[in-house]
Parts: sequence; C-alpha cells; structure tokens
Amino acid sequence: MAISINGQDYPLPADPRTSLLDFLRREAGLTGTKKGCDHGQCGACTVLVGGVRINSCLSLAVTHEGDEVTTIEGLGTLAAPGAMQAAFVAHDGFQCGYCTPGQICSATAMLQEIAAGWPSDATEDLDAAPALTDAEIRERMSGNLCRCGAYPNIVAAIRDVAGAEA
Amino acid sequence: MRPFDYQRAERFEHAAQLVGEDGTRLLAGGTNLIDLMKLQVETPQTLVDIGRLSLGTIAEEGDGLRIGALATNTATAVDPRVRRDYPVLARAILAGATQQLRNKATTAGNLCQRTRCYNFTNIDQPCNKREPGSGCGAIKGIARLHAVLGTSDQCIATYPGDMAVALAALDARVEISGERRSRSVRLRDFHRLPGDTPWRDNVLDAGEVITAVTLPAPVGGIQLYRKVRERSSYAFALVSVAAVIGIEENRFTRADLAFGGLAHKPWHDPRLAELLVGSEPSLALFDKAADLLLEDARGYGENDFKIPLARRTLAAVLCEATGVEP
Amino acid sequence: MSVHLKQDKPDTRNVLDTMAQGVIGADLPRPEGLIKVTGTAIYAAEYRADGMLEGVLVTAPVVRGEIASINEASVLGMPGVRAVISDKRMTGRPAQGTAGEAPFQPAREVCYWGQPVALVVAETFEQARDAAKRLALDWHGTGDAPLDPEAAETEKDESTRKGDLAHAMAEAAHTVDVTITTEGHASAAMEPHAALAQWDGRTLTVHASLQMLKYNRAELADSLKLEEEQVRLVSPYVGGGFGSKLGISQEVVAASLAAMQLGRPVRVVMSRQQVFQTIMRRSETRQRIRLAADAEGRLTGFGHEALVSNLPGEDFAEPVLQSSQFLYGGDNRLLKLDLARIHRMTAGSVRAPGEAVGVQTVEQAMDILAEKLGMDPIALRLRNLPDAHPAKGTPFSSRKLAECLEEGAKAFGWEPRPRAPRHTREGEWWIGTGVASAARVHAVVEAKARVTLRPDRTALVETDMTDIGTGTYTILGQIAGEMLGLMPDDIDVRLGDTDFPPGSGSGGSWGAPSCGSAVFLACEGLRKDIARRLDIGTDDLTLKDGLARWDGGETALADILGGEPLDCIGHFEPGSSIEDATVSSFGAFFAEVAVNRWTGETRVRRMTGAFGIGRVLSARTARSQCLGGMTWCIGNALTESLMFDPVDGHLANCDLAEYHVPVHRDVPALEVLLLEERDAAASPIQAKGVGELGLCGGAGAIANAIYDACGARVFAYPMTPDRVIAAMPDI
Ligand SMILES: Cc1cc2nc3c(=O)[nH]c(=O)nc-3n(C[C@H](O)[C@H](O)[C@H](O)COP(=O)(O)OP(=O)(O)OC[C@H]3O[C@@H](n4cnc5c(N)ncnc54)[C@H](O)[C@@H]3O)c2cc1C
Ligand code: SF4
Ligand code: FES
Ligand code: FES
Repeated sequence: MAISINGQDYPLPADPRTSLLDFLRREAGLTGTKKGCDHGQCGACTVLVGGVRINSCLSLAVTHEGDEVTTIEGLGTLAAPGAMQAAFVAHDGFQCGYCTPGQICSATAMLQEIAAGWPSDATEDLDAAPALTDAEIRERMSGNLCRCGAYPNIVAAIRDVAGAEA
Repeated sequence: MRPFDYQRAERFEHAAQLVGEDGTRLLAGGTNLIDLMKLQVETPQTLVDIGRLSLGTIAEEGDGLRIGALATNTATAVDPRVRRDYPVLARAILAGATQQLRNKATTAGNLCQRTRCYNFTNIDQPCNKREPGSGCGAIKGIARLHAVLGTSDQCIATYPGDMAVALAALDARVEISGERRSRSVRLRDFHRLPGDTPWRDNVLDAGEVITAVTLPAPVGGIQLYRKVRERSSYAFALVSVAAVIGIEENRFTRADLAFGGLAHKPWHDPRLAELLVGSEPSLALFDKAADLLLEDARGYGENDFKIPLARRTLAAVLCEATGVEP
Repeated sequence: MSVHLKQDKPDTRNVLDTMAQGVIGADLPRPEGLIKVTGTAIYAAEYRADGMLEGVLVTAPVVRGEIASINEASVLGMPGVRAVISDKRMTGRPAQGTAGEAPFQPAREVCYWGQPVALVVAETFEQARDAAKRLALDWHGTGDAPLDPEAAETEKDESTRKGDLAHAMAEAAHTVDVTITTEGHASAAMEPHAALAQWDGRTLTVHASLQMLKYNRAELADSLKLEEEQVRLVSPYVGGGFGSKLGISQEVVAASLAAMQLGRPVRVVMSRQQVFQTIMRRSETRQRIRLAADAEGRLTGFGHEALVSNLPGEDFAEPVLQSSQFLYGGDNRLLKLDLARIHRMTAGSVRAPGEAVGVQTVEQAMDILAEKLGMDPIALRLRNLPDAHPAKGTPFSSRKLAECLEEGAKAFGWEPRPRAPRHTREGEWWIGTGVASAARVHAVVEAKARVTLRPDRTALVETDMTDIGTGTYTILGQIAGEMLGLMPDDIDVRLGDTDFPPGSGSGGSWGAPSCGSAVFLACEGLRKDIARRLDIGTDDLTLKDGLARWDGGETALADILGGEPLDCIGHFEPGSSIEDATVSSFGAFFAEVAVNRWTGETRVRRMTGAFGIGRVLSARTARSQCLGGMTWCIGNALTESLMFDPVDGHLANCDLAEYHVPVHRDVPALEVLLLEERDAAASPIQAKGVGELGLCGGAGAIANAIYDACGARVFAYPMTPDRVIAAMPDI
C-alpha cells in the first residue's frame, strides 16, 4: 500500500519512525514542506491530509497508508501558481520564505473551514456562521509562526484571496 | 526515537489485548506521544495505532452526549450539539493548541496528554514523573508552569490541557474498557494528584482503553471558559477557569467551576458550589470563593503569581457571568 | 574592469535620483517570490548528495566540565551507525559575527549546559537521532560555574563620563532614576541551523544556512586548518538569521569534519532544542537610567548604566548604550557598561544588538519624566534633541527624528497631552497609548559585487552576499536596474556563494548600504565605459529601457556591447565619511494597547512606526523589514524571555512552545511611514540600514501605553500578566 502525495503514489517507508514530514522531504523529495521545530510548535510543516490541515512532523508516515496528502507543491507551480501563492507574492506575505509553504497550506484550509462554519477562539457567537474578519484570520493562522514578522502582509494576502472567492 | 514495533489495530479487541503488554502504547492522534517519543521521554517497544478504529462517533445517549475516544478535538468543537448545549466545552477546546493540532488531537489523547513541565520533557534532567526516584528538577528550578494546589514533595507538575477543565465543570464521565472489565469514572476523578507516585497521571490501569467521554443532560446556564496565557493564542494556560453558572432572581442556582493550570488535574472543589449556590452574587462573595479555592495554595517562587492570578481570573469570570461590576 | 571607492566624503551627488529608469525605491515584488511561495526555493538541509549520511549532535548535560571519555562502543553497534566524531577541531561555540577565525575549540571543554561535544553519524536520520541520545559520556567538573549575572564577577567594558551627573541630579528640578531589566532573547529563526558538507579530497563544499559567507569561509577554514581557497560555502536561501547565523556554528564544523573523515557527504541539522541551547542568545540586561531636567524639561543630566553577561573568553558585550550616546542631550553624562562572566550559552548578536533592549528603557524613563513635568511626551523629546553628538561633538549626517515624531503622531492620531493613566476603559480592558523614539547606529563594511551587462538586454549581479529575508535580491536588482536602464525583471541577481565576489554579509543592517554601494559602483563603472564607447561624458548618458540616449542620439545597449558581455566589479570600503559625522537611523513608534483589568493580559491593538532610513531602495521590502521589527517589539515587550535554571544553568524553555515568539493573533494592523531622506555620509547611495531600526525602542512605546492604559509602571521586560498585575493599582 502507498501514500498518495499530490496525486502520486509513494510506497510506505521501511522505518516506522519516519514522520510524514521527513517522508515528504526525504523519501518523496518534496522539500517545499519545511521543518521548523519537529514538535508541533511552529506550523512550518503544515500539509493537507484529505483536505484537512495537520502538522506533518507529529504524524508517522506509516499511519497515512491510503491517505491523500497535498503539499505546497500540489497547490501550484512556478508556471501556474495557485491563487494563494500569487497573493502572497503580491502582498509580500513572506520574507525569508521558510514559514511560507506552511502558511499557504494553512491559509488554504482555513478559508474552507470558515466556509464550513467552523468556529474559532475568536468567534463571538458559537451558533452563528463565523465572519471573515481580521481577528478571525489572525486566530486561525496562529498555528503558523513567522519570525520574520510578515503577519500583516499574510492577512492582507488571505483577505485578497477570500475577497476574490466571495 | 527508539525503534518500535508498529501495529495497526483493526478491531477494538485487538487493541485492548495488545495494550495489556508491557512497553506498549496506544497511538491516537499522536500529537503528544510522537512529540515525547522524539525526545525519548516515551520509549514504547510496541505502538498500537488505534487511529482507524471506529471510536470517533459523537452521538446522543440518553439525555446526554457521548463523544467517542477518537473524535478529534475539531469534530467535538464544531459539533452543533456541543456548541449549543455545552458551549464551555467548545470554548475550552478552541482555546487550546491550534487548528492543525486540534484536527489530529483526539478526546482520549487529550485527556491523557502529559505535563509540559520543562524537566519532564528533557531527559537530561531529574524528574520523578519520568524517572521515578531521580528527584524533581522543578521544585528548586524553573516552576513557572507549575502547580500551586495539590502538589507533593515529589512532583509539582500541572495537567496542561483545556478540554478536560470544561469536562470537569460539566461533570462528564470517562468510559474505560479493559480486557476484563469496563468501567466509567467521573472526569473529576480521572486525573490524579502526584503524591508519592507522580509517574501515574490518571487512574487508567495497564490494559485499559478509553472508549468515550459522556456528558450529562444539558444544563444550560451561562457557560464560560477563560484562559489566561502569555500570548494571545498557541500557549498553554497559566490559569484557566471553566464555569457553568445558573442565576435566578439574582441568586446562584448553579456554580460548577473547574480550574486549569493550578494542579496535576483539572481542579474542582465542591465547596465552591456549596458556598455560591443560593447566595447573591457580589464581589465580596467572589473573594470568599477565592479564599476557599486557594486556602491550601502554595507557590514555589516562580509560580507564586498563580495564586493572585487565579483569584482575579475567578472574579473576572464570575463578574462576567453575573454582571456584577467591580 | 573594477571600481573602488573608500568613502571619505559625503556623496551629495544623489546619482540614483538623476537616473531615468524610475525603479529605485519602487514598490515592486521580490524576484524570488514565486520560488519561495511554491516551495521550490532550496534551503541548506534540502540539497541532496549521493551516499549522504546523517549526523546528529550530542550535547553535554553539564554546565562546566571536561569530557573525559566518549564511549563510542555504546552506539557503534546500533543499526546504521557509521561513526562517532569527536575530533579536537570540533567547536563548542558559534563564532561571533565578523570573527573571521575559528570559534572556541575544542568542544570537549564544556562551558555551558547543552554544549555539543560529539557527532553521531548514521545512514538515516532516525538511526542517528536515536544513537545520539544514547551515546554515553563521562566527564569531570572543572571548577565553579557562576550562573547568576548579579552575583558574578564583572569587567568594565565601556564608559563615557562628562561633567558630574550626581551633581546634576541633586540640582535638577525633576529627576528620574529607574532600574529596568530585560531577559535573554533568542533569534529563533524559523529554519534551524543546518549544513551539508561534501569533501572531494581537496575542496570542501558546504551548503549551510549562514548570513556572512566571506567571514564564515575564513572561520570554517581556520577551524579545520584548511586554506580558505579549499572551502566553498553556498547559501542562496536562508530561512531567517537575526544574528544567529552571523558566524559559523557547531553543525557546520561537525558536518565538515565528518565528511572529511568518512569520505561521504554528511548532513547535520540541529534540532530546535539544540538551536536554543547552543546558538547565540541576547544577554539579559539590568539597566539604570537617570535623567535630570530643569523646570522646562531640558535635560541637564543623562545616565545609562547596564550590566550584561557573556561566557568567559567572549569579547562581545551587548552594546546597550550605543544610541544612548547621542539620542538625547544633557551636559552631565555617565554611560557605563559592565560585563558579567557566567556560564550560559554564548551571548552574541541577536537582531539589533544593543538598541533592541537599550532604547526602550530610556524611552520609559522619558515617559516618566514627561509625566513629572506635566508635558506631552513628544514635546519633551523634541526639546531634548541635541545639535550634535553630546560627547564627541560630531554633527548628525541626517536625522529625521523630529519629523518622525511629528508625522507619526499625525498618522497615529496621537493626542498631545500630559499623561494621566486610566482614562479609557472598554469593558474589562483599559485602553492607552504610548510613544517612543527609535534609533540605531549606522554601519557599513567592505563589499564587492560584480555586475555583467549582457548583450541580450539583461544584467547579472553576483556577490556572496546573502538574502535572509531582508530583500537583497530585490534591492540589488532595483539598484542595478536604475543605473543600467533595465527593469529589475531583467536583472539576474545571484547570491550566497563564495565563488562570487565577497560582499558584506547580512548583519548589523549594513547589507543594503554596503552591498548596494558595491553594485552601484560597478554600475557606475559600466556607465563610464558605455559613455567612453559612445564618446560622450558620463553625465550626458541616459540609460532607459535598454537604450542609451544622449543629447542628439540614441542606440540600443546591445549594439554598444557588440555582442560581448561587459562586466565590472564594484568595491566599496567605508572611510572617514562615517567617522566625521554621527550617522544613525532614527524613527518613532506609537502603540495603542488594551490591558485586562483582572488578568493583566496586554494586547497591542495598533501600532505606527515612522522611520528615516536614508534612501529607500525598495518601498516594499523596506516596509516589510519594519513590520518585522515592530513584530519583534511586541515579543520583546510582552512575551519573550529565556529562562535559565538557577541550579544547573540549563535553558528551561528551549523550544517554540515555551519560548513565546509572537503569533499572528498578537500582531495587529501595523502602519509604517518611511520618510524621504538622503544621507550622503552613510553610503554613496545615501541609504542607511533598515533591518533593525524597527525594533529599537518600540517595546518602550508599548510599556508606556501599558502605563497610560492601567497605571502599571512595569520595570521588567517582558511584561507578562503576572508582572502587570503586580504593578497595577487595584482592578
Ligand atoms: C505545541 C502544542 C501546543 C498545545 N497546546 C495545547 C493547549 O493549549 N491546550 C491543550 O489542551 N492541549 C494542547 N496541546 C496538546 C494537544 O491537545 C494534545 O497533544 C492532544 O490533545 C493529544 O491527543 P492525541 O490524540 O494526539 O494523543 P496521542 O499523542 O495519540 O496520545 C496521548 C496519550 O494518550 C494515550 N491514549 C490515546 N488514546 C487513548 C485511549 N483511547 N485510551 C487510553 N489512552 C489513550 C496515548 O497512549 C498517549 O499516552 C498542545 C500540543 C502541542 C504540540
Ligand atoms: S514537577 Fe513533576 S514532572 Fe516536573 S520535574 Fe518535578 S517530578 Fe518531573
Ligand atoms: S515542524 Fe511541525 S510544527 Fe514545527
Ligand atoms: S518569512 Fe521568515 S519566518 Fe515567515
């Protein structure tokens, strides 16, 4: 059995200790997903599994047999960047670029979560559909650290994409 | 990370059987266990992956709600019944960790998550919880995160989670299944105090598996979760308060309070409800409640601040719930 | 061809302003943006090499001692383990910025808890990580290890005395005398330190995450006892530095030694915990500020004394007083810096060393003085801007401080009034505002860059300079584009390889003015050559959109080149222009905070920064640098603190869960104003640094806002809830 990454199948690793993150970066050669802490504390390793964002560093690759994983490489390419990727460039939503793939994966999932009506710690009314406010975006993106401090530009990029979709 | 034998449990019985053996650990979301395995704080020989068992259902049961052991924290927090009937639970979950982590974290894993004590997670430091008899590095060291209630001279660690604090206020039960028997314990009794056996976080015996958490019938009222932390998100609680408050004719009819960040377990002191219920809310009353709560509190230098902070946070929550103005 | 300039005189020609392309300073996207957002930019740990082994560092769980033995047998039998490296050349500490020589060796002499002492090499990362945890070490203590800077022996590092401060304090109408502490900080760049070393028997090639390759190459060669020419370093993308990658660190040397010993490529990536435990910290500080003022608020005395710490044998002392030398006047001055010798990991440069903790304390003291005087804090600052450097007498090359305070106040909506706290409450939250000045000394260093004009209407810029997120790719393209009449898209900027001419490296905010000047000089050389070929004066030449124009003529650049590339190396050296004047960047911060009356939690609600940084080379990346700096102000003011165990000196909060860098939710809308300025003494492109100014003082604006909101004067950073409630008058 295999793990599907961006639509392509990869055989499971021989060593069950291999994290999904290391599997992506080493075995699959997809180094777009970053390792910032290896302990679930930074969000640089965020990928989508079945469309849901997780920290790939705290997940063993063997547990993902049959799963569909989407990484930053699956969200767009140099020739055809995705909308979120283009917005990050347009708004300078990064500096060193190291947290960036995680931010973009996270932001992509986050917009779907808001659309699905998931509340957050910043949601005033738990029963109402959450609004796409800056406060909501900031709370929901708080699992992705950016030491360069590109946060305001990241919020602008996300708003731009959300506005275009709305 | 030490090498281990990876087993995927296909059926519940299979998991229950495997987990009875020494050196075996259950893997749910993995967000705590894998973290600790990388640090070699946890060194299981066998890892039993229960992630694919069908223990994730959230369903009405009697008048209450049954949340499967493998329901993700996200699934619980977004569940419309939880949001409507047990908002303190949704709030507590949403105040914890991050969306990425909550998407993986499970009910049972969250209850069983281990302390964030800096010495516990550093295998080059003494720690009675990790290595019985090696001493407690925190008591004379950096104890900022540590407990002020129910400590022992062996360990002053806190239980770090948020969800369980709300469950304690709601008086939820933990459903446990072992090879020989099944049982259900009150969440309030699930976690332990460190005493002389700080390595035991909770009452689970070897071979026991959590299957669900059950919530009693909804009680309504005002439900609040207040978490004080060092940054506005993605930080563990310094102090947290879960409150389920009923008020009628300006008197408390219900005052179920539980506290995080103060002890080795979500702290519930039945005397608080006894004091509050039937009384008129006032600042003086809230102060009395804090006196009771903190009667036996003891700081360890670095964490002395938790005592006044707990007092103030309790007052804040009660003021918010009752409309009393300071 | 090459052009060399040692800048002894201010350059008032403002050449870039006379060009025609119109791209200098423009708000353009980063050329490497798409590469970064698609995950195709390759960072140090991501290169591949055939037969590569993985190394994991082993650290000593003792604060001071000598490693007596390393029991290699304890791990050599484990699956996949190939070697334990404990060569005498392994380094125990990182090199200080611009050291250019080997850092402390040998690693076996342990001076701080968590010092790397060996490297375990295995076929896979999992194997190496496990074995590294299990390697058995024996050590014996080598004497006392003072851990507390307040109790340790101190050395005088620096002092300035003028007049008699004690007397001024005694005579003054108003005085302030406060002691403020700051805790240690970590750079916490998101990319952990990493190196992949390859040795072909003669040349060592290392892909690493480094800020200053010219110096790093010398440091590595010296550590290994190789010739510099035998070492090549490659760092085209660096996942943040903030000082932590100024000098080579332990993993670079360890990977190199392993590769040389084993004849296979070796990759070593530090764990996040190791980065915290072994890489440079910013020293904690204890600062005493004394201000003496007359009845009108004119300073008559200014005192700033600080205690900082470092390991024995390290020269670096956090230069806390740097800008205090000239920010405000006062005839009677005492500035004094003491250095305590303690056993915590090396103290070194963390973004904006000195001012990042030295300005905010002065700004708090100024706020207190304004209150005593019943003055608007901005008016007090404006009253005390000295005409020239108070001690040296050198004039300011340019100083937009007053303008920043005034323009910033306007943009922020500052209400000029004496401060009286607790004026506004929204529910549980006290609301208040605060202001602070910003200052950061200017520095430039020697730099070279090669610019090649190619016949296909494009140009190539090459230097070993790095882009650590600062925008080097962007600004060098914009400078070359402006000078050569090309769009930045047509400039191919290549960085981060010691095969290129040695640049300045990224550090001390000097990258842009230094390397920018090298590129500028190279372009001047090219322009001169083109003019010569056209037989016109250089001043008569206009380059725009790939065309050369002059009075009466026009021709395509390509034709002038005759099908051949034309290159020039620009070589910039700082000279006396920056010694004859006081050269510094200035600015002002404005913050609005909410403080919870119950819990003391503080949230920054909005912040404005106004900055004078000389010429703005790229509006976009300059603004982003300021946003980053202001984000650091928030962490510095509210959350960041290294906590050392009082018993054995280990760093307790050695990860990103417990060392609290600001998260998205901590950072509100931030407004940045960049004031027009040309600083002729700063560099031939009239630019000063921008990367650090944004965090020099802003934490003080937040502290002052906390006071304005709730009445708590907190004299310890970070201002965590416990500290705020302890200082807060009741509820
Ligand atoms: C950086 C970071 C920040 C965090 N912040 C917060 C926070 O603010 N608040 C908060 O509450 N939490 C926080 N967490 C913790 C997080 O919520 C827990 O890691 C998570 O809930 C654990 O669930 P899991 O399913 O991943 O558990 P696992 O890691 O899979 O398991 C944890 C433990 O539970 C045991 N276990 C799992 N399932 C069962 C079962 N059915 N029966 C018996 N034992 C079982 C496992 O054997 C293991 O010992 C944070 C975590 C990280 C990494
Ligand atoms: S407080 Fe408990 S967990 Fe922490 S070091 Fe002491 S024994 Fe270990
Ligand atoms: S690398 Fe996974 S969260 Fe940091
Ligand atoms: S861009 Fe550098 S950490 Fe976010």
